[in-house]
Formats: sequence, structure tokens, C-alpha cells
Amino acid sequence: MADRLAPYAALLASRVRSQATYGRSFALDVLGSAGVGIFEFAEVYIIFANVDALGGLDFAGVAMVFALANLAFALADLTVGHLDQLPTYLRAGTLDAFLLRPLPVLAQLVTSDISLRRLGRAMVALVILGVVLPLNDIDWTGARIALLVIAPLAGAAIFAALFVLAGAVQFWLVEGGDFTAAFTYGGSYAASFPASVFAMPMRVLFTFVVPATFVAYLPTLVLLDLPGPVGLPQWLGWTTPVAAAGIWSLAALGWNAGLRHYTGAGS
Amino acid sequence: MFASGFRRWATYRGAMAAGAFTNTVFGLIRAYITVGAIGAAGGTLAGYDAKAGITYAFLAQALIAPVNIFTWNELALRVRTGDVAIDLARPVDPQLAYLASDLGRAAYSLVPRGAPPLFAGAVVFGLSMPAAVLPYLLGAASLLLAVMVSFACRWLANLAAFWLLDVRGVMMLYVLASGLLSGHLLPVHWFPDWLAAIARATPFPSIMQTPIDVVTGRAAGVDALALIGVQVGWLVVTLIAGRLVFAAGTRKLVVQGG
Repeated sequence: MADRLAPYAALLASRVRSQATYGRSFALDVLGSAGVGIFEFAEVYIIFANVDALGGLDFAGVAMVFALANLAFALADLTVGHLDQLPTYLRAGTLDAFLLRPLPVLAQLVTSDISLRRLGRAMVALVILGVVLPLNDIDWTGARIALLVIAPLAGAAIFAALFVLAGAVQFWLVEGGDFTAAFTYGGSYAASFPASVFAMPMRVLFTFVVPATFVAYLPTLVLLDLPGPVGLPQWLGWTTPVAAAGIWSLAALGWNAGLRHYTGAGS
Repeated sequence: MFASGFRRWATYRGAMAAGAFTNTVFGLIRAYITVGAIGAAGGTLAGYDAKAGITYAFLAQALIAPVNIFTWNELALRVRTGDVAIDLARPVDPQLAYLASDLGRAAYSLVPRGAPPLFAGAVVFGLSMPAAVLPYLLGAASLLLAVMVSFACRWLANLAAFWLLDVRGVMMLYVLASGLLSGHLLPVHWFPDWLAAIARATPFPSIMQTPIDVVTGRAAGVDALALIGVQVGWLVVTLIAGRLVFAAGTRKLVVQGG
């Protein structure tokens, strides 16, 4: 096992070293990434400067949904967010080099460009979560504590699967990068707010097609012991890992199909 | 330059369709959030009823591409690679040449990127647009000014490349600040006082809030003309600042090679 992981460890260590080489530049990038989280939270802040509730949740509840979703997205973005660059690799032919090596292409791509600067955004989400958790009225049980830990990780797995699926689609649509953004970044945006504000078709789309509400809103319903809106019963909040497993099997199928479809430019 | 900017962007039809689709999905999500907030406020929020809020959300998405609210780092890259030397050698003013090319880009993106989100909003929710002609005429003038103010601001942000090796941090900060303060996320009229005061001290509301206010008729008559006057003011200030900083940058610039 250790032998098999050694090449990835070497790749990862090289990425960490390269990003730490330019210290000041890296610090600025981390700050910029933290800025993304802060500015996105401004939307929640501005809404609650005007109203007391959104979609049946108070400020602490919506802020918790936002923080859980942002934490999950930042972790996914950190590990696989650079799959967004796949069209560039495809056009430049750099993907062919990955195909020659005796390691899975996806594993090489993931370890080739881990973006540590995105820790900044994860940190902001953690801070917001730390501040608003005590403001929420949560009846802490062992199961709820476990859910609080598992939800962001399973949520990160969901977003990561969406990135991989989006990457798989690029094998067919080299110019269509923006099209998949509707589901990766759009999914992240939809996950950051209570799905109870959406009309039924949107609620279904962002739960059972793009499993965005599994990331934060449904676990929040469980944590706060609230009944869900029509179509989203509270117990779904326990099934986030199941949703993650489901979307990953789809992503794996899609990725393999995409890779088989790919024909290099002969470079 | 205008025509070449137009033709250059007309080449990427697939990317246009993909962008319009993404703008539409974001418009739908934001419209529901807006309606949720307006409902929680009791039916109107800072003068926006549900329909006005929905209209705002979709117009904000429709204008993303024309006013280019997101990043543009072409000039910064040309400064870094030294290609800017070619721009300096051309017998046209670089700032005005890039402005003309940017107006061409905006003109091309207006319908393919603007119409789909608005159409989706009209079909799913219904939009509240004025029935008179005047708001559209004033709105067109305001939008033209918005594109130019946006260009002048992006030009300034790009000039940081004369002094910094890596402008990614500056551009990111610029995109975040302009996205929030222009009213792209939520109307500036919803901001708490301190944040609204900060926004109004910047040119950013002239890029998005103002054209939407004018075309929807929220600001009509003298109010609309006053807002357009503010846009003209910011355009003059930002264009002149851009010329001064560009001149200072080129004095510092050393391009190697021949």
C-alpha cells in the first residue's frame, strides 16, 4: 500500500514546496481566497440587515447553512477545483503526458495541482461556523455531533464529484467550460441558502439531480430538529454520505467514458 | 477597433451559449432568494416588491457579460510579457483603442448573453418592465456609460501589473469589491447605511445598480438624469486617472529584447 501511494506523496510534496517557495505571493493568495468567503457571506449579512428570517431559518440557521456549504465547497475546490482547467490541458495536449504514466489519470490530475491557497476560504467558513454554532439551539446528541463532522466531508465529496463530472463533460465539449459552471458553482451557490425558498422544481433539481441541498441545508434541518419543506423530509439530512456515494459512482462512470472518448492530438 | 472587438467575440458562440446558461441558472437561484427575503420583509423591501426583486435579479445576470463584471486581465498579461510595447508603438491612443475594442465586445455580448436570462425570468416568474419608451432610451445611454466606467476601472486595476509581478491578488480583490459594491449580488438600496455609503463613494454602483435603476424606471425623469450625470462624472475621473497611471507606468517600464 505504502509503495503504491509513494508517487502521489512525491507529487503532493512537490506541489506544497512549489507553493511555499514564493511566501509573500502565497500569503496574498490565501488572503484573496479568504476574501471570497467573506464577500460571499456579505450576501447573507445584507439580507439579514433587512429581515429576521429566510426560508424559515433565522440568521444563525442560515449562517450555519452558508458555513457548512462553504466549508465543503472550499475543501472540494482545494483538492479538485483545478479540474476546471481541463479544457486548457486538452487543447494544449498536456493530458497526453498523464496518459503515458502507469497511474490513474484522475489521481494524477488531482495531485498535480492541489491549491493550498484555498485553505483561506475553508478557514473563513470554519470561523463563521464556530461563531454561529453556539447561537443555534441544538440538542446535542452523539449522532448529531457525528453528523456535524461528517456533513462537510461528505459535502466536499459531493462537490468534488460534481467537478469530476464537469471535467468528464469537457472531453466532449472543449468550449463548454462555462456550461458546467452552472452545476459546480451554481450548485455551491444553491447549497449555501435554505432550499425552502426554492419552488418545487428547483428544490427537486438541486436535491435529486444535483445533490446540493444534501451538503448543508438538509443536515441543518437535522441539527436544528426542524421539519423540512414539502419534498424534503428531515431524515434526508442523515443520508448525505449516501448522496455522496451515489454522485461519485456517476462521476466515476462519466470520467471513464470521457477518457475512453478522448483521442490525443498526437503530440 | 470596435468592429474587430465585436468580430473577435462573435467567434466564440459555444462559450456564449454556455455563459448565458450559467447566468440563467444563477438568475433563477438568486430570484428565489430575493423573493424569500422580500416575503420575509412583508411584501416589499426598500421599495422592491417580489416582481421588482425578480426583475432586478435577472437584469443583474443579463448585464454580467456586457459590463464585464468579472475579471479582465488582458492588459496586465501584456504588461507582464512585454507585449504592451507593441501597443505603445501603435499610432493610436492605447486606452481609447482598448475602450473601442471593449465596446465591441459589449455590443456583441448584449443580446446572446442578456436575452436568455431575461427570457427565462419572464417565462418562469414574469418581469416588471416599464411600458413607456423613455426609460429604455435613458437605460441604453446609462448602459453605454456603465460599460465605459467598467472598462476604465478594469483598465486601472490592470495597471497594477506595472508595479507588481503577479496581479492575481489585486484582480481577485477587484472582482470581489466590484461584485458586491456594484449591486450585482443584491441591490445597493438593501445595504445597511455604512455599506451603502462605502458603495456610493466608489464608481461601482455606476456599473450595475444605475443602469438597472434607470431602465426599470425606479429612477425616472430628473432622478434618472442625475444618476446618468454621476456616471459621466465617474467616467471622466476614472478615464483621466487611467491615463495618468498608464503614463507613470510606461515611464517605469523596461521591456527586454528586440
